[in-house]
Amino acid sequence: MRYSEKIKDVIQSSDVALFMKGTPAFVMCGNSDRALQALRRAGAPVTAVDILPDPQIRQELSAISGWPTIPQVFVKGELVGGADIVEELEQSGELEQTLREKLGDDYASTRAEQTVALA
Amino acid sequence: MSTQPLRELLARAFPDASELDVIDRTGGGDHFQVVVTAPSLHGLSLVEQHRRVYEALAAPLSDGTIHELRIKTKGEARP
Repeated sequence: MRYSEKIKDVIQSSDVALFMKGTPAFVMCGNSDRALQALRRAGAPVTAVDILPDPQIRQELSAISGWPTIPQVFVKGELVGGADIVEELEQSGELEQTLREKLGDDYASTRAEQTVALA
Repeated sequence: MSTQPLRELLARAFPDASELDVIDRTGGGDHFQVVVTAPSLHGLSLVEQHRRVYEALAAPLSDGTIHELRIKTKGEARP
């Protein structure tokens, strides 16, 4: 359980947490990219975590979230889903609605994208 | 893996499905698109709907048979 506390901390303390393969600057998987692009279109302030440096990160993340695949997106500590759900919600406008409800109307004004390294 | 075993696992998990499809996206037998529309998914959040699919396909997901899975689910009201 090397990473569990750190993973939980990122999930709880980030407005929008994206666990992905690679980083926003260097995405290593098409599905991680789909989730990232959908979040960007919605103007989400993303905190990205690369799960690739250690396979243990992914194992512990999935144990916490009960979600078997990568990427995983959380808003204010709550699992929103993977790439398919995030894309679907972005296209229907529900993602923006959720972000507005949970982060406030001016959530997109920060436009902050940051990367957190766990390993 | 062909799409047939996955189809059978899903049919067992969603016996009420009005739409159930598995597509091999790349022809390589490990990148799949799954489509499920079923009354038993009605009223569930997308996260919960996808969880049901993951549960149905837990074995091929955990042994690496499925390398990538795209999911499209819909809950329909019972007629």
